[in-house]
Amino acid sequence: MMSNRMFNILVPIISVILGLIAGAFLMIGFGYNPIEGYGALLNGIFGDAYVFGETLRQVTPLILTGLAVAFAFRTGLFNIGAEGQVFIGWLAAVWVGLAIDAPAFIHIPLAVIAAAVAGALWGFIPGLLKATRGVHEVIVTIMMNYIALYSTNAVIRYVLTDSRDSTDTIPDSVSLRADWITTMTTGSRLHYGILIALFAALVMWVVINRTTMGYEMRSVGFNQHASRYAGMNVKKNIILAMVISGAFAGLAGAMEGLGTFGYMSTQSGFSNLGFDGIAVALLGANTAPGVILAAFLFGGLKIGALSMPLQAGVPNELVDIIIALIIFFVAASYMIRWVILRFSKEGRK
Amino acid sequence: MEILQSIIPTALFFSAPLIFTALGGVFSERSGVINIGLEGLMIMGAFVGIVFNLTFADVFGDWTPWVSIFVAMIVSGIFSIIHAVASVSLRANQVVSGVAINMLALGIGIFLTKEWYGKGQTEMVSKPFYTTDVPFLSDIPVIGPMFFQSMYMTTYLAIFLAIASWFVLFKTPFGLRLRAVGEHPMAADTNGVNVYKMRYIAVILSGALGGLGGSVYALTIASNFSHATIAGQGFMSLAAVIFGKWHPLGAMGAAIFFGLAQSLSVVSSSVPLLQDVPQVFLLVAPYVLTILALAGLIGRADAPKANGIPYIKGTR
Repeated sequence: MMSNRMFNILVPIISVILGLIAGAFLMIGFGYNPIEGYGALLNGIFGDAYVFGETLRQVTPLILTGLAVAFAFRTGLFNIGAEGQVFIGWLAAVWVGLAIDAPAFIHIPLAVIAAAVAGALWGFIPGLLKATRGVHEVIVTIMMNYIALYSTNAVIRYVLTDSRDSTDTIPDSVSLRADWITTMTTGSRLHYGILIALFAALVMWVVINRTTMGYEMRSVGFNQHASRYAGMNVKKNIILAMVISGAFAGLAGAMEGLGTFGYMSTQSGFSNLGFDGIAVALLGANTAPGVILAAFLFGGLKIGALSMPLQAGVPNELVDIIIALIIFFVAASYMIRWVILRFSKEGRK
Repeated sequence: MEILQSIIPTALFFSAPLIFTALGGVFSERSGVINIGLEGLMIMGAFVGIVFNLTFADVFGDWTPWVSIFVAMIVSGIFSIIHAVASVSLRANQVVSGVAINMLALGIGIFLTKEWYGKGQTEMVSKPFYTTDVPFLSDIPVIGPMFFQSMYMTTYLAIFLAIASWFVLFKTPFGLRLRAVGEHPMAADTNGVNVYKMRYIAVILSGALGGLGGSVYALTIASNFSHATIAGQGFMSLAAVIFGKWHPLGAMGAAIFFGLAQSLSVVSSSVPLLQDVPQVFLLVAPYVLTILALAGLIGRADAPKANGIPYIKGTR
């Protein structure tokens, strides 16, 4: 009998391999050379300093949205609202960036914290409704996504500007970009945010694994009734988990606002950071180290895919199909477990 | 009166795709399978509807849009089997599987669009649905211009299907079994209802109806397919399912109401009372109202009991 831990490591790896194999077959089916296609993909991730910088830039918010989803998952909650929390965090960061004039060592933390608080607030509402009225958080967070989308657009258009589609660019005192990084990666938009994302992962690991608070949240995630019986405040833990989860997603928004773009423009649809965050959390088995690895994989796939049309003629949406298939395989891990068990049994005969 | 005559047809026009898709959501969720993938099923429907319409416009002539939505319905129904396999047989987390359906549909749609048309969006279709006046009924004063003049036939189809769904779900043995499976699968199983089969049927129905909704949206409102063709209509339909309390007629009412909110945000500038209301309030209204409804402030909305829980034979 294989241990659960082995499964938790094996299932994601097998899923990724299956996803990539499916992608290869798809390429063969449409008359492309899969070796060329994946060669272009790898080239698009590691090929030169610029693409690698862009990959890391993409990984940054993915780590944070991945953490957001994973943190909620550990408490038995499904935060599908990272999408909206990212927008609210993004808006808050840019707003503080534009409204305040301060030296960098005050300005940057202030904007980053504002983003986290805004995201936390957006997570607080579904958490509160779940805890007090038993409303399913999936539905509320989906609705909150659209409310975030339309209200950030309205704020950008009518509050921050006079009917323009984009805010001003934030001043240097609040930017996470640095000239030396841009020069080193030959013009990529990589910024200091990657350090914030890695630090956030450390925070999540410590909170979940090394604090009473984290222990209680995990306990509530496993069994609410047992936790209540043990004297834990279930409602408080549910709300707290959604608040922390929202704060992580809000930070992802700050990465976009203060790092990648330096402004916020009106959006016609979602950034997909939140939905990709679900994939990241799932593949990373909802652990902080797993989320970092999975964010690197998906961030790499996303940025690497951009080189596929030019270098191999393959539409980059192939990677979206591969990612969706990987999620299916992880979600349906029952199948993979069953196959592994079957084979390990037969091997013993 | 003139205002109503301009608003009501627009509202019905916007709500038809939502009604179809929401009905699909009702079937799926009533059987106990959460379907976040409605958005993806609509995307698949829109994609198939547009591509079929572009390819076979010469063959089917004026019947092309009807054949297109039929084919879209079939293909989306088949596509939804993926969700059924994952969430019913393989006990996957249904929300995760739904999210994957959304990503997969968009990925496949855009990938094939680029393969076949060489760019990220298709041409405009030559045979979309056109509005018609209903004979005789459109001549009725007051009501005629509101409900029967320059309407899409698909709107009537949507209303008809809503009533048919209500009949199937609440007046037939099949509907009773389907609801039983969503409320208490073990009790249903004990009584000889095949839980897995019912859930498969329900999910495939939701795929077919979602595909219908997507293709109708594409052939009445969008007229081509790109990554932004379906942007949130699936999630809005899901909201309609809940706001309508998992009831086909309720879902229809909610969908019409959401369609009204959408059409108001389009025509608000010409309506004296609404001129001063910022557009954003009309845009977020469906979502805010759904949250309020869930919170119990506007009547209580209770989900089918076994919604989202995979059924495993032999467990309690």
